[in-house]
Amino acid sequence: MYADSSTLSVHELACARGDRLLFKGMNFTLKSGELLLVQGGNGQGKTSLLRLLTGLARAEDGEVRWCGEPIAKQREIYHGEMIYLGHANGVKDDLNPLENLRFAAGLQGRGFDPALAAATLQRLGLRRCLDLPCRVLSFGQRRRVALAALLLAGASLWILDEPLTGLDIHAVALMEGLIRDHLNAGGMMVATTHQALNLEGVAVQRLLVGNVAIPELS
Amino acid sequence: MHRFLLAVLRRDLTLAARRRGDWLIAQFFFVMVASLFPLGVGPEPAMLARIGPGVLWVAATLASLLSLARLFSDDHHDGSLEHMVLSPEPTVLLVLGKSLAHWLIYGIPLLLVAPILGIQFNLSWEAIRVLEVSLLLGTPILSLLGGVGAALTLGLRGGGVLLTLLILPLYVPALIFGAGAVDGVMAGTGAEAQLSLLGAFLVLSLMIAPWIAAAALRVSLE
Repeated sequence: MYADSSTLSVHELACARGDRLLFKGMNFTLKSGELLLVQGGNGQGKTSLLRLLTGLARAEDGEVRWCGEPIAKQREIYHGEMIYLGHANGVKDDLNPLENLRFAAGLQGRGFDPALAAATLQRLGLRRCLDLPCRVLSFGQRRRVALAALLLAGASLWILDEPLTGLDIHAVALMEGLIRDHLNAGGMMVATTHQALNLEGVAVQRLLVGNVAIPELS
Repeated sequence: MHRFLLAVLRRDLTLAARRRGDWLIAQFFFVMVASLFPLGVGPEPAMLARIGPGVLWVAATLASLLSLARLFSDDHHDGSLEHMVLSPEPTVLLVLGKSLAHWLIYGIPLLLVAPILGIQFNLSWEAIRVLEVSLLLGTPILSLLGGVGAALTLGLRGGGVLLTLLILPLYVPALIFGAGAVDGVMAGTGAEAQLSLLGAFLVLSLMIAPWIAAAALRVSLE
């Protein structure tokens, strides 16, 4: 369970890439147990928005706040509560999945429980890949290793950029269950996805980035 | 805090152990460059001893540049750099850990190979001893300042060449004092002054370079 009082809010956020203004005047508040689905066409600024939310990029104007305080002022606290998974998996090809998880835990300053990590990998269908270097795994399998790291991080806020890319239908169904569990436990999630998600019983906010309307998903 | 530093170190050392090819290339490059000089300028012992310290120092500088271009770029490419920067720990520690790992992986082997090349250049034992001390103080400077260059050129097209142009001028003081120390002991004037200055330069780099590199890294990732 996570703290119920956590909120992620965005105030008058503006984002520019080079000379081009992607969006401005964006406001939303995400509370414990809620999911924000960021939607919009390609090149409309979905990834840029997520990078602003993580603190990797700086906003043109406005600010991102965690529990009411700007994230820039409480970087260590915020990064301890948040985990980001972008297009790249952050999985090292020369290490096997377990080693990848061990180093990920070390870098986030968490303890590492090999049994729990192995169980998580098995749950994600990587039972037979535990001692193979990630180089020989398929794209989808590497994505699963990254998702295992996400689950083990125990962060209350997940920021996921196209988390379902490359996953087969079983893995997508598994992820839907894991996302529901995370949100029901009081976690929060911001995600972009072009795939339909079956998330019954979950409070979903939708945010359209840019001006290209797309058909409603799920 | 030190646990994070250790985690970064252990990770980079493990990765280097898995890819020994990269590691060997830098060492072979050092040996090759240093071995070409006697072939080029002729095998006269007095002349070799005269140019030896400078040649070995230049070769060590170039060998360290060869490996620096990949200090952050591999991790940037597979996304793990973003994960590390988003860790609750300060980015400065990440940069320090990676520079330290670079020195352990590429700097220490140079120290081990250098005496053999010193013999090849007809250096006296005393001069070889000072060469070792100067490289011991100097190679961490190369890794620390190189981290700044690697962070600044991260993600740029042709970053490797730019890195070389950017960082070589910064290496000049280390080169002058390092090679000068060995020259000093051969000329009989002693090496203490140059070695002290080299040590001071190391302390200065240690205090400033990780902060600049961390700031550069954040800009490059934006």
